[in-house]
Amino acid sequence: MSMLTRFGNGLYTGEKSFDFVGKRMVWYLLGAALVLAAIVITTLRGGFVFGIEFRGGSEFRVSQPAQVVEQTAIDTVNEVVGIGSNPRVSIVGGDSVRVQTEQLTTEDTELIRQELAQSYDVPVNQVTSSFIGATWGQDITNQALRALAVFLVLVSAVMAFYFRTWKMSLAAMTALLHDLVITAGIYGVLGFEITPAAVIGFLTILGYSLYDTVVVFDKVRENTSQDGEESSRTFAESVNLAVNQTLVRSINTSVVAVLPVAAILFIGSLLLGAGTLRDIALALFIGVLAGTYSTIFIAAPMYVHLRENEPEAQKQGRRREAAVVKPNSGAVR
Amino acid sequence: MAASNVVSRATRALIWLVVIFALLVGGNAFAVFGQGGSWVPKLALDLQGGTQIILEPRLAEGQTVSEEQLNQAVSIIRQRVDASGVAEAQVSTQGGQNIVVGIPGEPDQATLERIRSSAKLEFRPVLITGAALAEPPEEAEIPDTEQSDFVEPQSPSDLAWITPEIDAEYQTINCFELDTRGANVADPTIPLVTCSQDGLSRFILGPVEVGGESIEDASSGLVPGPSGASTGEWGVFIDFDEAGTESFRQVTERLITLPGAQNQFAIVLDGRVISAPRTLAAITDGNPQISGSFTQESAAVLADQLKFGALPIGFQVQSSETITATLGLSQLQSGLIAGLIGLILVVVYSLFQYRLLGLVTVFSLTTAFVLSYFLITYLSNAQGYRLSLAGVAGLIVAIGITADSFIVFFERIRDELRDGRMLDSAIQAAWKRAFRTILASDAVSFIAAVVLYLLAVGNVRGFAFTLGVTTIVDLIIVTLFTYPIMVLLGRTQFFSSGHPLSGLDPKALGAVYRGRARFREPVTADKTAVQKSRGEAKRRQTIAERKAAEANAPSEVSN
Repeated sequence: MSMLTRFGNGLYTGEKSFDFVGKRMVWYLLGAALVLAAIVITTLRGGFVFGIEFRGGSEFRVSQPAQVVEQTAIDTVNEVVGIGSNPRVSIVGGDSVRVQTEQLTTEDTELIRQELAQSYDVPVNQVTSSFIGATWGQDITNQALRALAVFLVLVSAVMAFYFRTWKMSLAAMTALLHDLVITAGIYGVLGFEITPAAVIGFLTILGYSLYDTVVVFDKVRENTSQDGEESSRTFAESVNLAVNQTLVRSINTSVVAVLPVAAILFIGSLLLGAGTLRDIALALFIGVLAGTYSTIFIAAPMYVHLRENEPEAQKQGRRREAAVVKPNSGAVR
Repeated sequence: MAASNVVSRATRALIWLVVIFALLVGGNAFAVFGQGGSWVPKLALDLQGGTQIILEPRLAEGQTVSEEQLNQAVSIIRQRVDASGVAEAQVSTQGGQNIVVGIPGEPDQATLERIRSSAKLEFRPVLITGAALAEPPEEAEIPDTEQSDFVEPQSPSDLAWITPEIDAEYQTINCFELDTRGANVADPTIPLVTCSQDGLSRFILGPVEVGGESIEDASSGLVPGPSGASTGEWGVFIDFDEAGTESFRQVTERLITLPGAQNQFAIVLDGRVISAPRTLAAITDGNPQISGSFTQESAAVLADQLKFGALPIGFQVQSSETITATLGLSQLQSGLIAGLIGLILVVVYSLFQYRLLGLVTVFSLTTAFVLSYFLITYLSNAQGYRLSLAGVAGLIVAIGITADSFIVFFERIRDELRDGRMLDSAIQAAWKRAFRTILASDAVSFIAAVVLYLLAVGNVRGFAFTLGVTTIVDLIIVTLFTYPIMVLLGRTQFFSSGHPLSGLDPKALGAVYRGRARFREPVTADKTAVQKSRGEAKRRQTIAERKAAEANAPSEVSN
């Protein structure tokens, strides 16, 4: 049997136990520090770099070049604007090349026109330039944000209803916020361009983070509802045991979820270098790890924090002091 | 619960899975052979390229287009394209004048129509109508009249609107060369001279009574006849907002009293009359229907257009050219290769963690993959769904979420074994609890998918679609494949005896229970106070489980 199985045995019985709940101040501080770092560094770097899908930019069109290839344009733009400008190049109508870049100054626009004409070996008047608007306009953002708000309210309500306490919703939402800030922070800190694909990556993480929290909270609910007043465990110990009992599952799930993403991140990057795929893989990689981490280290301790001063939760575990057995006592959910 | 019962239910679940597969494959085959579908999902613009359509505004002389109008048009066009399926179009402005629409694949005439037509709908009363003239006179005489002859019209139906100039325009209008360039920006407060869509009749219409902006919703369907039976004619059903309902009621109440042509009201779309029905009764509910010479498709297109509002300006296609993918197939290929390597790693990890039980994960994931593939292909054929890079990323993360369902289930089985249950009762007890967890967590994902799909537009909608599909697949696979397979495997000698390679060896799992009636003393040595209390807790749990086990005892004997 593998090590993890023996490890799981110990965790299940409580023979082996990690004190996730007790050391919560440490985890809170760590989480807060990471979130703060993500925000501060992003701000110091001058905020997020949005792609041309969001901001619009400049468009060039090379008509009927000798060779209709995309790479020439990528190299040319990188030469003028600098590596990492990430131009969107495609072939239009089979005989001309369309190059979209970030918004350029008039001089740079002129320079790129000339360079493109030179690299494609066409007269300068066969390279036209114009401005393009955003394909991901403000209207999409607004609609998406509205949808997101509706979703979060709805899910909080559903979770509060399912778990019979709004405190789990609050804890889950806090963990979610932590994950999203950290994932977005990766883009802000490393200066990656935010593309529509990256936004979809955030949404994926949003789904994953909540999913992971619900799985662990369901075990917490089960454990704490079994333990009534007659329990020998305090409320905090009950929650901590639940997190420990699902720890092997958390490890296995995050490994399985992260393996394909990691493969894309490391192997894909080797094959392709920088690009949209690497960016989204990195966001997902960090996001999945953050999602698993925050459930264990933030959501669960925070739930205990919110509940442990309640009279009912306080009653739990009293038996250790006074052995009063009350059958059918109110279960704590 | 009798053992045979459980087995037959497991078998039935597997049969259901086969039925679902058969339906999906059948649906696909139908699409492939009957409707020119494909066995592979269609790809989105970023992976496959498509068509770039440049639209330029149709402007009357001296008219200019503002940035605000362009942005509004972009937003409306995007919604219209979205309404035709989950195609993830790219719509943007270009050069402060044109609109560029990138759509995957080749657009047909209906798609182009859907995108470019302005769809400005107006209800105007008919003042005069007549057959179109085949050869209208070049010029009509405008009689000299004194300004004082002009009487202020009392209502939009008042014939006093027809000034000599308007009458002259009516006399000379050529319906076969009708230029509607300025018609959809025609002043709504003055009469309009125009023709019917088929070019057979000409009209003088009063000022606009109700405009398209009062439309709350629109749908298409077969128009019911007077007896309620369908007439076989397609039409568009309009749902006015409160103000629209009120104005429309007033119009119809007035028209019903008027004679001849004045009894008709004209439904004007982009400057042409699509129909001019007689007013038979006052319409008070604000739900008029428009019929004309619609086909099923053109009715649906108009309904979509009306729903999202009229474009502030009309457009015409300046150019329509193929465009290659911005990301390209190389990205997709390397992504897929990397993803495949990742999957192999998942297999290795599962086998390492769960021994032969890991094979169940592998087979479940394979089944999930095949099911997702067919579902996506089917939706691609039926709904116009297209797979984008973001969609592929979503599917890859879905591997984790799907595998999680098995992991939750397996860990539950192991927990039950640790409590000393026999394998088959452990599977049943584990399933009951695991299923609840899986249902709750999948519900959250599904809510996300539905809300984002209904409320968001563009790429986000595509993402929501993928999320919804993978969540459903997860639920189907875990209930109709993983669980029944576990039930059946739990009855094999290899697994039920807890072979060390089975991944379910009670000894390795530190089970506290051996045989049917003997309990082994827990091995935990109570050293500290905390551990002592935990030891007590465990015993307490074990008692609870023992009760459950006793309740299950008869069925175990009957095995």
